[in-house]
Amino acid sequence: MLSFTPYENPTYFGILAIALLPIVIGLLCKKRFHWYETIISIFFLVLTFGGPKLTQGYALIAYLIYEVVLVWLYTSYRKHKNQTSIFVGAVILAIIPLVIVKLTPAIQNGQQSLIGFLGISYLTFKAVQTIMESRDGVLKAFNPWFFLQFLVFFPTISSGPIDRYRRFKKDYDHVPDTDKYLQLLQKGVHNIFMGFVYKYMLAYLFGTLLLPKLQQQALSAHGLSWSLVGVMYVYSMYLFFDFAGYSLFAVGTSYFMGIETPINFNAPFKSHNIKEFWNRWHMTLSFWFRDYIYMRLVFFFMKHKVFKSPKTTANITYIINMTIMGFWHGVTWYYVTYGILHGIALVVNDWWLRYKKKHQKQIPHNKFTEIFAVFVTFNFVCFTFLLFSGFLNTMLLAK
Amino acid sequence: MDTKTTVLNVLNDLTGTDVSGDLDGNLFDSGLLDSMGTVQLLLQLQSELGVDVPVSEFERSEWDTPNKIIARVEAMQN
Repeated sequence: MLSFTPYENPTYFGILAIALLPIVIGLLCKKRFHWYETIISIFFLVLTFGGPKLTQGYALIAYLIYEVVLVWLYTSYRKHKNQTSIFVGAVILAIIPLVIVKLTPAIQNGQQSLIGFLGISYLTFKAVQTIMESRDGVLKAFNPWFFLQFLVFFPTISSGPIDRYRRFKKDYDHVPDTDKYLQLLQKGVHNIFMGFVYKYMLAYLFGTLLLPKLQQQALSAHGLSWSLVGVMYVYSMYLFFDFAGYSLFAVGTSYFMGIETPINFNAPFKSHNIKEFWNRWHMTLSFWFRDYIYMRLVFFFMKHKVFKSPKTTANITYIINMTIMGFWHGVTWYYVTYGILHGIALVVNDWWLRYKKKHQKQIPHNKFTEIFAVFVTFNFVCFTFLLFSGFLNTMLLAK
Repeated sequence: MDTKTTVLNVLNDLTGTDVSGDLDGNLFDSGLLDSMGTVQLLLQLQSELGVDVPVSEFERSEWDTPNKIIARVEAMQN
């Protein structure tokens, strides 16, 4: 049986083009065939999770039933009552499958959990977000069937970008007018071709042609070497072009379906500081963490006056937020350290910006300092990516 | 005090800058507001004007200038 990882090869794109054609014609005639979209979604889910990956397929089905029922129960409950303990319980229940999947390899020597499947974290983000918006009372009309469509929207199911329930619903219920849709088609084609350049040329160049050689050299050099520096930059480039390329495919495919999935990358290496970097890198994840963890924790801490000053509150929450992000990547020392380092960097960055504002007259600000800021940010980020890659761990074990 | 004045006072306190000169200036782009500032803003609006804005309601693009914030708050009061 055919089985694909999304967007992996020309055959996948061929099938995708044929499958999208009726949707495109429909939208051009101002019609949306939801039944057809559902069939296509199921078809691509079977391609992704069927055949040799059927265990993942079963895990996905079980997971979907579990989350839909859970969120349905919570939203029904929320119509009449609003107890904090029930809300917290619902969030915990929603993330338990993900926690199990993330913890299993750490406990069982790298063995993968049976309930895991490609994309479980992205579905969990959507479920938790729906519970939180329901708690806040901004999401009143919950529809389990629509929620399921939102979860399994096939262009983004495996690795995001992470959309939001209310935003997705607006597009899903709506047929864009012809001008708007033609624009979307144009942008969609552009995204997919940029994706080819990113993923199949640049990520291939860095990740497949250059990286293994440099890694070999760095391993045989034992310890610090120029090859290791090379690994750092080449891996960072690979990581960016691979993930940004995938995201362009996912966003482009969504556009064809008249869904404006939010973008994930916006020239991140141009950032002048680490905060700007997180506004440009893996944006839907970073915004999810900002809106559903950072802001909520800050709100809680400030309201209950847990810390004396707003500055302390912000700093502690930065660290908590980014450490959770580290754990989300996986329970290994290098992912968690990666998160903590970014948390500390955000604290230092805030301190520096405040200091700079206070001493505006003494501290120069010009083209040169701006280039220097981009340079420092870029190198810090690349260093944390080297950590993130796990290569340092491989080197430690190889000794 | 009317809503507009109260909101502007809160914003001036929060940002340490007089924002009344540029009511359509983007507060996030200029770095005057960030997530932290946003939460402080929501809490202040709650205590001073009694408008309860949940974090989910806060869609950045709808709250990014003083004028938009005033309009949102006025809409929520009615």
